[in-house]
Amino acid sequence: MDFYELSSTFLYITFVIYLIATAFFGMTLGNKRDENKKSKATKYAMIFTITGFTSQLISFVFRWLEAGHIPVSNMFEYIYFFGMMLVLSFIVIHFVYGVSVLGLIALPIAIVIIGYGSMFPQEVAPLVPSLQSHWLYIHVTMVGLAQAILAISFIAGLLFLIVKINQSTRNKETTFLELIIYGVVATVGYIILSTGFGAAGYEAMFIKDADDGYQYEIVYEMPALFQPNNSELMSEDRFNSGLETPAWMQGVDAGQKLNTLTLSLLTGLVLYGLIRLILRGQRIGAYLQPKFGKVNPDVVDDIMYRAIAIGFPLFTLGGLIFAAIWAQEAWGRFWGWDPKEVWALVTWLFYAVFLHLRLTRGWHGKKSAWLAVIGFAIIMFNLIVINLVIAGLHSYA
Amino acid sequence: MSEKGIRCECGHLNKEGTVLCEACGKPIEGNQHIDGNDEKQVLEMRYEGSARRSQTYKRTFVDKTWAYFSSVKVGVWLIAITLFMSALGTIYPQEQFKNSPLPSSQFYVEEYGLTGQIFYQLGFHNMYSSWWYITLVALIGVSIIVASIDRYVPLRRALNNQKTKRHEVFVKRQRLVSKDNDLSDNEIESLKKNLKDKRYKVYEDDGHIMAEKNRFSRWGAYVNHIGLIIILMAAIFRMFEVMHVDDYVWVREGETRVIPSTNQEYYVENTEFVYEEYDPETQEQFSRALEDVEDPVPKNFQTNTVIYRTTEETLPGQEPELEEVTRGEIRLNQPVTFDGYSLYQAGTQLESEYDSMSFDVQLDEESLGEFTFYTDEAPPEFQLEESGLTINVDNWFPELEFTETGPSSFSKFPRNPGLILSIENPETEENERFFYLQEDIIPLSDANQIEMSVTDLDRRSASGLTVKKDNTLPLFGLGAGIFMIGVVQGMYWYHRRVWIHPKDGKYHIGVHTNKNWYGMKQELEKVTDGTNIKEFEDQQELK
Repeated sequence: MDFYELSSTFLYITFVIYLIATAFFGMTLGNKRDENKKSKATKYAMIFTITGFTSQLISFVFRWLEAGHIPVSNMFEYIYFFGMMLVLSFIVIHFVYGVSVLGLIALPIAIVIIGYGSMFPQEVAPLVPSLQSHWLYIHVTMVGLAQAILAISFIAGLLFLIVKINQSTRNKETTFLELIIYGVVATVGYIILSTGFGAAGYEAMFIKDADDGYQYEIVYEMPALFQPNNSELMSEDRFNSGLETPAWMQGVDAGQKLNTLTLSLLTGLVLYGLIRLILRGQRIGAYLQPKFGKVNPDVVDDIMYRAIAIGFPLFTLGGLIFAAIWAQEAWGRFWGWDPKEVWALVTWLFYAVFLHLRLTRGWHGKKSAWLAVIGFAIIMFNLIVINLVIAGLHSYA
Repeated sequence: MSEKGIRCECGHLNKEGTVLCEACGKPIEGNQHIDGNDEKQVLEMRYEGSARRSQTYKRTFVDKTWAYFSSVKVGVWLIAITLFMSALGTIYPQEQFKNSPLPSSQFYVEEYGLTGQIFYQLGFHNMYSSWWYITLVALIGVSIIVASIDRYVPLRRALNNQKTKRHEVFVKRQRLVSKDNDLSDNEIESLKKNLKDKRYKVYEDDGHIMAEKNRFSRWGAYVNHIGLIIILMAAIFRMFEVMHVDDYVWVREGETRVIPSTNQEYYVENTEFVYEEYDPETQEQFSRALEDVEDPVPKNFQTNTVIYRTTEETLPGQEPELEEVTRGEIRLNQPVTFDGYSLYQAGTQLESEYDSMSFDVQLDEESLGEFTFYTDEAPPEFQLEESGLTINVDNWFPELEFTETGPSSFSKFPRNPGLILSIENPETEENERFFYLQEDIIPLSDANQIEMSVTDLDRRSASGLTVKKDNTLPLFGLGAGIFMIGVVQGMYWYHRRVWIHPKDGKYHIGVHTNKNWYGMKQELEKVTDGTNIKEFEDQQELK
């Protein structure tokens, strides 16, 4: 077994341990159990969380040993690191505040995030010249940690919303909360599809006549709901709906991306519908609310703020200042309005707005919680959409 | 009344517009609406109820402008608009990233259709240097300055003027209060000791006690805003050309070129260009990844350089005399720096030019000699030493192309050299002509008896180096540093005060912290340990 396999093995183990930890966090819920059993469940949940984190850390170290450089240089590695920092932040927050139900949101989200990252190519890739710098170790890890801490504010915000939103009737807030939950479910849908068809070795090849006059071979690893624009299916016995990706979607891979996205959203819809069916039509938020009922919202609100109070300066330092220093060292310009840079600025400005509204205009509670959700959406947008759709200097996927 | 301002019953003279007396904290009648104290139990303590210009004077145009820009609401809107517009600018590439020979007027509409056209028409393709974007940022700057001055000056005065002895109403209307406590002298002493242990400064006046710590945390916001202002000022300075140098130079291997934008003072020599790729054979850990990609993955772009400076004796027009300043290997992430200038590895033309071509000339299987054509020298003729024959270079095309009028050169750079050579056959005394192109030499007539062949080709790489000098960097660094100090100062320390107010044998305790009430409550538990102080009441519940 070489380091690479060891690293992968420990990552699988990590998944399993995180799942077990989540199950224990689940046991801390409910009114029927007595306090003693709950605190025992919390204890086991935390033991498993810390063990899982250790296992992921070991996996990380093995990958580092294999590569010879810190493994934070492509989408898989970065998301994986981000997920690890998320768990670490949760562990720290738990020791400070002791809100164990936070784990019931934090861990599933960490699992989904790491799972999503695992869908990207996992091979250990060499560092291209622009990444060969000690700033890779400083800038990227610091941004990963800062974003993970900011994500904790999202998780606390989500918990706050689950607890505090009026679920007696359907309203805007319940709808948005369901949308967030659907977003998580759709990501799970993508992971299931990607893993399922990947394991089955599904491949459908299309030949696309591109505008530039060349022909491109495009291999779909999922059934084609949308085939590439101006293309023909070459593989036999493969599903093809006959729908074409619209021509205005740019890039050779546009069809594939649209197809994957649509299928994931549909799968998410099916999964979400199934959950609603199991809950006999109840909104997921409405089902969760009484389970989380005993949480002290003041404390959750404080976690939300504290996470940003720590995450914001770290992000400023790692995501803007160190980023600028590295850019100056690599390209001789500390700021270049590259999409990733712009979105780092957008993130920073957004959390600046959050802090001003909270500290000088008294936006606490629900308002703050919604802002924390939007902040996380911006971070995810910068991580996923900017890297995959809008090409720029940071397209290391 | 001749005195300007408002005299409080405690005797302190407050400025017009003061909400809470600077000395004793008593709410000043008629001004409570300013901070919204008329509608709630808890006094607004953010600016200590001090008299802010923006809240006091609202008549003249200057007053109104000042009030407008000092508003946090306005500031937040400005930031929100800036962030929204910034995000919009990333929908399509900015002009500098469009990477297409098409002019922008065509590029956006052809690549992205109608939305691209709109993007272009609105000027979003140059958003971040557009007048309105710069104006937005400038307005944020104005807002930061005005809001900071508006609050900092009165807040500082209020905190300097605060007295230990506070008005009863002030204490009772703090967010955390514990009223009507019966405390023994011992308990008071232990309270004071606990506060001191928690690093509070404890003041006493006529039985009144005030404990305070970390007042400097209140200045954090102003410090970080000063940092931001310095950064914005640096950005303004950077708009002037003299503050920075931004140029580009291509240097071929073996070539020495003047470095642009250095007043002809510095020269750079490219002694060697190094290009390396990752090899899946020797670096097994990457073999999985390297097999997946079709193109080799570059490992290193490196230019070995020597930097020279012209000596003072050099006269204009004269070939410059150079003295070495430094030498070094320029790689990505490793610029070479001299006298404030930096050279960065930015571009490569890998073996894109021909340095020399060598030829062998034969007649009847016998060598007449060899010669080498150096593209930089491009001599009009060669003498073959062995046979004394002359080879004429009839035409020299550094970058050969064929047009309607025949062969010609597209540029003066030897990227695709073509040569028409002629040589007199010593036996027939006929001129025989040859055409060298595409690394091959062909006779121009079937009757040629002489045979020429290409024996060697030497290619060279060119390295693109960016030349940078930026005098604004220290200022940006200073601004960023001050910003970080301010943020940490304001966020990780909390200005906390505890007032103990004796009244008719009972004690009222009021507590204020500017942030982190959760932590304050925990601290209070420790501070009141060993006393029978009633549990603190949080007068502000969460909505």
